[in-house]
Amino acid sequence: MTALSRRRFLRDAGLGAGALTVPWLPAWAQRVSGGIATPPPTVAGDTIALRVAHQMMMIDGKPSHAIGLNGTVPGPLIRLREGQTVRIAVTNDLDEETSIHWHGLLLPFQMDGVPGISFPGIPARSTFTYEFPLIQAGTYWYHSHSGLQEQMGHYGPIVVDPKGVDPVASDREHVVVLSDHSPLHPHMIFKKLKQQGGYFNYQKQTLAGLLAGRDQPVADRAMWGGMRMDPTDVSDVTGSTYTYLVNGHGPADNWTALFQPGERVRLRIVNASAMTNFNVRIPGLKLTIVQADGMNVRPVTVDEFQIAVAETYDVIVEPATADAYTIVAEAWDRSGMARATLAPRVGMVAAVPALRTRPLATMKDMGMGSMAGMDHGSMAGMDRAAPAADACPPEHAKMGHCTPAAGTQAGHDMAGMSHSMRDFANAPTLPKTPTVQTISPMPMDRTGEPPQGLADTGHKVLVYRDLIALDRNPDLRAPSRQMRIHLTGNMERYMWAFDGVKLNEVKAPIPFRLGERVRVTLVNDTMMAHPIHLHGHFFELVTGHGDHSPRKHTINVAPGGTATFDLTADAAGDWAFHCHMLYHMHAGMMQVVSVRPDPAAGAPA
Amino acid sequence: MIRALLATAAIAVASPVFAQSMNHRHMPGMAMPAAPKAEKTKPKRAVAKPVRRATATARKPAPKATHAGHTMPDMANGCAPEHAAMGHCTPAAPAMSADHAMPSMPDMAAPPTDPCPPEHAAMGHCKPAATTPVGTDQPAGNAPPPAAPTDLAAARFYDPAVMAASNAGMRREHGGMRFSQVVFNIAEAQVKNGRDGYRWDGEGWFGGDIHRLVVKSEGEGSFGRRLDDAEVQALYSRAIGPYFDAQGGVRQDLGHGAKRTYATIGVEGLAPYWFEVEGALFLSDKGDLLGRVEAWYDQRITQRLIAQPRLEVNLAAQNMPGSRIGSGLSDAELGLRLRYEIKREFAPYVGVSWERRYGDTARYARARGDDTGGFALALGVRAWF
Repeated sequence: MTALSRRRFLRDAGLGAGALTVPWLPAWAQRVSGGIATPPPTVAGDTIALRVAHQMMMIDGKPSHAIGLNGTVPGPLIRLREGQTVRIAVTNDLDEETSIHWHGLLLPFQMDGVPGISFPGIPARSTFTYEFPLIQAGTYWYHSHSGLQEQMGHYGPIVVDPKGVDPVASDREHVVVLSDHSPLHPHMIFKKLKQQGGYFNYQKQTLAGLLAGRDQPVADRAMWGGMRMDPTDVSDVTGSTYTYLVNGHGPADNWTALFQPGERVRLRIVNASAMTNFNVRIPGLKLTIVQADGMNVRPVTVDEFQIAVAETYDVIVEPATADAYTIVAEAWDRSGMARATLAPRVGMVAAVPALRTRPLATMKDMGMGSMAGMDHGSMAGMDRAAPAADACPPEHAKMGHCTPAAGTQAGHDMAGMSHSMRDFANAPTLPKTPTVQTISPMPMDRTGEPPQGLADTGHKVLVYRDLIALDRNPDLRAPSRQMRIHLTGNMERYMWAFDGVKLNEVKAPIPFRLGERVRVTLVNDTMMAHPIHLHGHFFELVTGHGDHSPRKHTINVAPGGTATFDLTADAAGDWAFHCHMLYHMHAGMMQVVSVRPDPAAGAPA
Repeated sequence: MIRALLATAAIAVASPVFAQSMNHRHMPGMAMPAAPKAEKTKPKRAVAKPVRRATATARKPAPKATHAGHTMPDMANGCAPEHAAMGHCTPAAPAMSADHAMPSMPDMAAPPTDPCPPEHAAMGHCKPAATTPVGTDQPAGNAPPPAAPTDLAAARFYDPAVMAASNAGMRREHGGMRFSQVVFNIAEAQVKNGRDGYRWDGEGWFGGDIHRLVVKSEGEGSFGRRLDDAEVQALYSRAIGPYFDAQGGVRQDLGHGAKRTYATIGVEGLAPYWFEVEGALFLSDKGDLLGRVEAWYDQRITQRLIAQPRLEVNLAAQNMPGSRIGSGLSDAELGLRLRYEIKREFAPYVGVSWERRYGDTARYARARGDDTGGFALALGVRAWF
């Protein structure tokens, strides 16, 4: 069966091959793609074979070492259909253990592909066969969960077509896999981060910048310096070492997606980066978001959106004329961009916009909520003529700007700047260890705000609160309990953890009863964004959309902010739960979630 | 406020609901001039375009579609956060509980009094016959968490021993790794009035995030002569806070003075305003007590051009003629080094160093025919790996 699948793959690759064929890329990711609607250059069917191996890849004309699947980076598109059961034989041709995690797919936990949690991994020079039914549709992806292999190219897209008619109609579709690639070995990247947290940041504030009137004024620099906080610390690993890729191609390669004017083109965008959130836009075209993390949403039209690491967004664009458009995926720290072209013909290009000014973190990003000079983000013009006497009026509390002084929690003297950045009264459950560098004094729900750096774009940017599920949520029960999980870290020591305890020090999993519904609030006590991913489940974001809450597998928690979701723990087993910033996870920002029948209730599995 | 709202609502009602393009995110002119504006504003693109060849599922939300942009599709939602934020309503306590950042709100269970007050209904923000909150709008209960299991679920499917080993390895790998670094902050030739010399000051560490072995060394000498002063320290280092490490161990003096051995205790870390600081006490095998404080600061001029002012002060509790150290403030050094980071790890520099020996230390130096201080031009490389 392996041979069969291999033959099929080769055939598919052959069909997609033209004059510009590059053998180490799957046909759908060739530099000039006719779109995957034409011959399906994918692996598909009930039995699929994948081979993980070292290889070279060409990026902007330069060879680079990579780990790929079936000889390509990204790996082949796995195209499946809802309702089928698939067997995927993964052969490990590396000299080390590997694994494949099917990111976003709901499956038996022992097929989830996380070594040490769901299975023992795939030893070197061996084959492991995954087998699971497809009980959902949408755009997903897969990647290694072993070591830091994902950074080296061990990832690829998955599309599961729905059983019935797709509610999202399109004339043509393209898969767009965004990623970051470095010539440095990922273990070296991690070592550099441990040795010097700001190693890759070449956009720091400087004296020259100060004299030129750029960035923060002196007083702000002094205040931030006093707190040992660097407002330019947006991305840990930057364009100083990364080349940002679209379907394995660098900006100069200019991967091109074709269309006919007047077509509805569906872009299935996957962020397979190790460390990079992207700001995606196509100057000249509106983007209609129709799916997030594989789940259909009510169409919402935007000019730009940020796709955090591990998220997927399906976007409809309708180019009416025979012009070329640039697909811009700008690294969110503006240290580089991934670039592709949407054009009616091969070889057409559009203007590539310059990188915009990099964002500086704000007081809000330190979890100082409304303290930051009442900086209400995009709510400019809000009439504040009548400042409430109440330090925390309900309207504010509702927005998460403050926590009403219930009981003794009156540590929120909004008047002064006395908010300690490390006051354990604000998070009594956290250990007083070096792992916890800062604690957000007044974290607020930031799901209604544009993502970091996108507050002043002058156009419509997607916010999480714009997302509304197309279908009614499957579980409408109220959560029976609630919990808060703190996202903690130390940027100087490059330590990251949940609740101040790195995974290597964690003694027990985060337990859930099978079938229970729980409200989880993630509190970001750091100045970095953290895309948090829970395996094996979708959760509903608590963003005011009732029974049509958007369902996601990954939620990017803004710096110093909170995000809340309701989770129905309906998949028995042990599941990984982690920050999808690869080096944050590797540094310890990961735990195990256990879902078991409640022995107290005596319910069988 | 309420009165204003009512008035606004009344006007608002006159214009078609779909025309009330109140973009709740940007909230232009929040002070309620909504109605007059509303008449001019074009309907938002609301639910984009209806999906071509759409199925029934896709069309279902159509009637509510005009509000989709308002992020409140389900009018049942009494006082949505966006509204409350705009001051359109004050959420009744139970409704508020739909929020998250309020873990300590009691009495979540009480039913809402009136989730859709008339002024709201008038604005089309909700239907009067609103039902109770649904889905994620409902408050969460306070059930206790279950006990954490102690077994591995995967052990039911794979060899338990293999699974246990894999689990241990996975845990170790996520946060338990060890690293190392060797940094020479100073490695330079010194051009002085008189004799040219050389100098180094570096340290290396090996270990995890908390526990480390640290080796430090510093020394100086003159070209063509034997080593002047030199020392090596071997320390256990433990992180005692987010920024500081406590260190303890031994120091061995080399060079041509008395080759003393000391017990050492100190701290090293990052002080507010990005000052790197080090302080240590040394107790010799003869009972002599020394102290040392170092501090430096990296001032970025550009991304790669960095000026490093640096201060080092040595103190002694007693005269130690054998080591040519006098009591009190024995010596001080001020330096300013300008480096260019060709790579982070490799930065050639040029700088000036001003040294001064004080008190009896100066007297010992003069007695030996050494100078008691002065300026030196420093040419060196700051390097680490």
